[in-house]
Amino acid sequence: MTLDFAAILTPQYTQWMLSGAMTSLALFASAWVLAFLTASLLVAIGSAPFRPAQFTVATFVEYHRNIPMLVQIFVWYFAMPQLLPDAWTTWINAHNSEFIFALIALFLNSAAYMSEDMRSGLRSLPREQMEAGRALGLSYLQTMRDVLLPQAIRAALPPLINQSLALFKATSLAMAIGVAEMTYASRQVENETYRTFETFAIASAFYVTLSFAIMALGAWVDRRNQKAAGH
Amino acid sequence: MIVFENVDKWYGTYHALNNVNETIGKGEVVVICGPSGSGKSTLIRTVNRLEPIQKGRITIDGRDVNGADVNVNALRSGIGFVFQQFNLFPHLSVVRNVMLAPMRVHKVPEKTARETAMDLLDKVGLAHKADEFPPRLSGGQQQRVAIARALAMKPPVMLFDEPTSALDPELVGEVLNVMKQLASEGMTMLCVTHEMGFAREVADRVIFMDGGAVLERAAPEDFFQRPQHPRARKFVADIRH
Amino acid sequence: MQDIIAILRDYGLLLAIGQFPEGPIGGLALTLILALSGLLLSFPLSVLIGVGRISPNPAVARLAAAFVSVVRALPLLMLIFWAYFIVPLIIGQTVSGLTTVIVALVVYETAYLAEVVRAAILALPKGQVEASRSLGLSYVQTMKDIILPQALFNAIPSILNQFISLVKNTSVAYIISVDELTYAAYQVNAQLLTKPVEVYVILAATYFIICFSLNRLVKLVERRIHTSRQAPIAAEAAA
Ligand SMILES: Nc1ncnc2c1ncn2[C@@H]1O[C@H](COP(=O)(O)OP(=O)(O)OP(=O)(O)O)[C@@H](O)[C@H]1O
Ligand SMILES: [Mg+2]
Repeated sequence: MTLDFAAILTPQYTQWMLSGAMTSLALFASAWVLAFLTASLLVAIGSAPFRPAQFTVATFVEYHRNIPMLVQIFVWYFAMPQLLPDAWTTWINAHNSEFIFALIALFLNSAAYMSEDMRSGLRSLPREQMEAGRALGLSYLQTMRDVLLPQAIRAALPPLINQSLALFKATSLAMAIGVAEMTYASRQVENETYRTFETFAIASAFYVTLSFAIMALGAWVDRRNQKAAGH
Repeated sequence: MIVFENVDKWYGTYHALNNVNETIGKGEVVVICGPSGSGKSTLIRTVNRLEPIQKGRITIDGRDVNGADVNVNALRSGIGFVFQQFNLFPHLSVVRNVMLAPMRVHKVPEKTARETAMDLLDKVGLAHKADEFPPRLSGGQQQRVAIARALAMKPPVMLFDEPTSALDPELVGEVLNVMKQLASEGMTMLCVTHEMGFAREVADRVIFMDGGAVLERAAPEDFFQRPQHPRARKFVADIRH
Repeated sequence: MQDIIAILRDYGLLLAIGQFPEGPIGGLALTLILALSGLLLSFPLSVLIGVGRISPNPAVARLAAAFVSVVRALPLLMLIFWAYFIVPLIIGQTVSGLTTVIVALVVYETAYLAEVVRAAILALPKGQVEASRSLGLSYVQTMKDIILPQALFNAIPSILNQFISLVKNTSVAYIISVDELTYAAYQVNAQLLTKPVEVYVILAATYFIICFSLNRLVKLVERRIHTSRQAPIAAEAAA
């Protein structure tokens, strides 16, 4: 087997791969931000002393934890358009519906996992924290936002970083509904050039680089936490 | 016979053993004491190579423990080691704990191993617990099983690292009695312990360590009545409360 | 609801077992077969890699760590594509999509399971190794007789969790048209054309029921293992 990277680095294919990489990154970044915000919201709702709220959040989490990511993407892409108002569907279809549905499925799934991570972070905090906040005259939401969440996030950081890695890798599943992200692009280039090894090597290098960056962040946080625990 | 010659050990840059020279004769019972962190555990752990040394020599019956030709598993199987935390294998029954090493290391047939194990359990007074699992025994019982487990390899030398420190006071006696019996049978014993009574009754010699060095060695009576080194004096005063 | 029942009546068997027994097995049955074989095949490998990760030999430890990191860094889909490409090169003949998926799943799962094994070993008290080695047992004997039996027992809940994640991961076989549950549902949807909501509700519900029940089972096992460790302590306190 002779390697020939030049064969796949023509302007055309380079353009495909680059745009695939950008799409992957855009999907990851936007899904991460939305997931994080949604997860925070879920934690706030779920910890309210109101049973139906807790039940709703628990159901949301269980749904996303017990169904494959790919199936969740399919549900959004194939089934949801039938259930959404026509105006919405029309709008989404006019705006790259594949990307939007993949984004929704990815961020909702990640939000479910992230909210669980944050919740166990919260649970690790002493109960008195909420009372202390309320005693100072802060409202429930203020105590949540200014006192509990920041601490919980620190405790939840290691699993959150793990979840970020899972989310980044899960963006590759968007190819199943035709989102031209990195995996999709590499398969396309491979189909045209038959340069399987070279194409997959480049795509893998992309994933490994970013994943390693996320893992390095996780290792750094672990070290810092260990130091903090030591003294 | 165990001989330490100019033994030095470092953990990284920390000097844990400082020029130790000591001879433990055959059949001798030697008690090592000293304040926490003085290097007592480190010293006895160098004997069966749980800890490597950086300088000097340790020999047992003339054989260099750290010699290149020494099979570490064979070496260790000839030295009984009893831990402060017992370290029984919780997934094996009491009798299996005792049978394991003879079967694995000496390839003793199961039946023979079981007979020996039962004899030893009988000796430490725990034959009736043979099929029990270790976490269900009291601390004192666990430690006696641990001693039986070590004896199953028929070692000529036994090392004890604070065998009674993790025990409730009322359970200390049963373990010390087993140790006393061993001593009376002529076992060579090196014991890290602060049990003054045991030392006085059984030990031939007490070694006092501090800061990784042996500061004093004396007959038990002398050591506890008339400690010489200032730090030994302070130590003896402390353990008498 | 009527539609769902109608679909289940017409396609339920197809979704459950594929063409079997006339043709190849598929659907949910294949999903479970894939997950089970993935777990069974990756288990011994993961024990090797997990033990390798904490080997006293630095070369072995580094090699095992590199394997785990690289596999964890790649999406499962990339591993499937690599398997599609590499497995035929190694064995010198083309292989089915099924084989490809199993190879990819096993490699992927081995990395994760190896971390489970490693964590379980590291969670044991250090005295266990020391006691075993002090008796003269070798490194290998210590691993085999003392460390692994305890570590793997304690790891049962985590291993079951890995099985759940495997069940979900098998859906990715859809990409290379392996006829497991997700692909089967996709085909049913393509035939019906007008019932995507019903078909995907059935699909999602099936996974949900399986994974949710397995999750409950894990919690049960966890509690069992927990009490089996607590009981002796209680007995000691009573003694
Ligand atoms: N693995 C290790 N790495 C670094 N330092 C160590 C290690 N083991 C022991 N030490 C240090 O070496 C010194 C001697 O330790 P050692 O355990 O031998 O003391 P000891 O006399 O047995 O104390 P104790 O009565 O508390 O058991 C201590 O200062 C300890 O902190
Ligand atoms: Mg000690």
